[in-house]
Amino acid sequence: MTRVRACGGAMVLGALAAFLVAATIAAAQTAAPDTARAYKAPRTPDGQPDLQGFWTNSTYTPLERPDGVTKAVYTPEEAEAAIKLAVQRESAQTEPGTTADVHYDFSQFGLDRSQSLFVRNLRTSLIVDPANGKIPPLTDEGKRRTAKRAEEAKKLGGRWDSAESNQLDDRCLIMAGPGPPMMDAGYNSNYQIVQSSGVVMILTEMIHDVRIVSLDGRPQPDAKVRQWMGISRGRWEGDTLVVETTNFNGKNPFRGSDENLKVIERFTRVADDTIEYKFTIDDPTMWTRPWSAESAMKRTAGPIFEHACHEGNFGLYNTLVGARLEEKRAAEEALKKQ
Amino acid sequence: MVRGAKVRGVMVRNRFLVGVMAAAVVSGVWLAVESAAAQQATAAYRAPRTPDGKPNLNGIWQTMNTANWNIEAHPAGPSPARELGASGAVPAGLGVVEGGEIPYLPEARKKRDANYASRLKLDPEIKCYLPGVPRSTYQGMPFQIIQSTKHIMLIHEFAGAVRTIYMADQTEAPADSWMGWSNGRWEGESLVVDTKGFNDLSWFDRAGNFHSDALHVVERFTPRSAETINYEVTIEDPKVFSRPWKMSMPLYKHVERNAQILEFRCVEFVEDLLYGHLRKQPAK
Repeated sequence: MTRVRACGGAMVLGALAAFLVAATIAAAQTAAPDTARAYKAPRTPDGQPDLQGFWTNSTYTPLERPDGVTKAVYTPEEAEAAIKLAVQRESAQTEPGTTADVHYDFSQFGLDRSQSLFVRNLRTSLIVDPANGKIPPLTDEGKRRTAKRAEEAKKLGGRWDSAESNQLDDRCLIMAGPGPPMMDAGYNSNYQIVQSSGVVMILTEMIHDVRIVSLDGRPQPDAKVRQWMGISRGRWEGDTLVVETTNFNGKNPFRGSDENLKVIERFTRVADDTIEYKFTIDDPTMWTRPWSAESAMKRTAGPIFEHACHEGNFGLYNTLVGARLEEKRAAEEALKKQ
Repeated sequence: MVRGAKVRGVMVRNRFLVGVMAAAVVSGVWLAVESAAAQQATAAYRAPRTPDGKPNLNGIWQTMNTANWNIEAHPAGPSPARELGASGAVPAGLGVVEGGEIPYLPEARKKRDANYASRLKLDPEIKCYLPGVPRSTYQGMPFQIIQSTKHIMLIHEFAGAVRTIYMADQTEAPADSWMGWSNGRWEGESLVVDTKGFNDLSWFDRAGNFHSDALHVVERFTPRSAETINYEVTIEDPKVFSRPWKMSMPLYKHVERNAQILEFRCVEFVEDLLYGHLRKQPAK
């Protein structure tokens, strides 16, 4: 679900980055498991598999299998056709030359993902388990919590009633990139990984969100310490970085998850230009069973620029000002009619 | 090179002046002596090495001073927000500016004073904006140094501010930004970070000390013991200051085994302050 975001002034530097990576367009398939076994990842100076560099997880492959699609894997021709359709839908969000187009012309600056490097995938969904490619059913408690959440959102009023009733990305609080799990952010889905002894750092371009993953075996902190991105602990299993994250605050639900969410991610460098990315979602409060997905990160051109989203959030401010102004005008009109 | 020599010349001249006026300006002397002593201790210490042979600065660091209230020497004072009482009051500080006073151009000093007078409205920290450099270092919250061969990351707890220090693939700043564009190099035991490409929106502290977009910051991180770093900063900004000037202070390492940078996603905490007046009012 890509939508037009109001956070206008903030994206200029990010867009610049996307524009730069557009020069490196490459069509590469996600490496098949067999080639993964043959590849030996380079090492950092202290001997860890080296995941460092600039990466993107931009993709047109949807998390869930689209309705009406019955197969798990497309032929290359079908995959191309699906991407073509997705690109058309994306650029149809704005019509060049219209007011709506002023901030987000999807034909410009790589906002249409196809202009930059993106991850190609023959699978019809990122979800590989359950086999139907769909998120499993909610538990009864999950249904209750989902309804309660909708109720609370309703109390906040309409989108332009206050800052708080806007969506998290429009408020520059958090976007889809850092997760976990780390998902395509709509645009600028760029990341930088830096490793040092006992720690892996993943910088997300969008809102400069940083994940610091400790590898030293320390326990999770007290359950009272809850964060938007949870708290992550990592370990190496062979050449795979396994990261477990709990202690979420539940304020940034992933497809309806709640604070008991546990995310297990597996990062494996399977080629010079590819990190295989698998994750399992386990939230027994919400879903009847855990579910898993597979994606990839492709090497992209750096560097990553500062994405000062909140500092440049004229979009949120201006839309609130506009909404109040419209109310004032409407009230004046009503008075005239009396 | 020429510029570096000029900076040193200015510093020497200032220290001499400070020395002459020792009896009169106690705080200035204190600073100069402290800083010189710190530098000498540093020269003797050799830091442990990373696997690629560089001084190892990895860890979580924090300052222990009142620079974020005012980088110049200042007495204790009341909280600018009445409701916070003693908990929000300003602790006194001896200052971290070498020579004691920031060499403002006359007009710029007036602007600093005006900033101070309106600090509750103007201080970018209050709005949860990115803190800029070097304020990010001494803002009061911890930051983590994550050191690799090509990039050294500084991850700050406040607002999740991030700096990438390019040790390789160095370029000029591609655009102005809050945290600037940092290129680094090793000089013996010291990590020297050269940062330009700032916007003119961040402040140095809560007292209204500021800079323009011509700001050029050179920081030296020099390990002085296993758990302290000597942090020195040279500030240059010809639009605001009559000459380059220096700050210095130690950084202290967190030695708790479970220390980690936690989220301080303060945007959420300032929405009512920034946008509350634009909230839809209930129909009358």
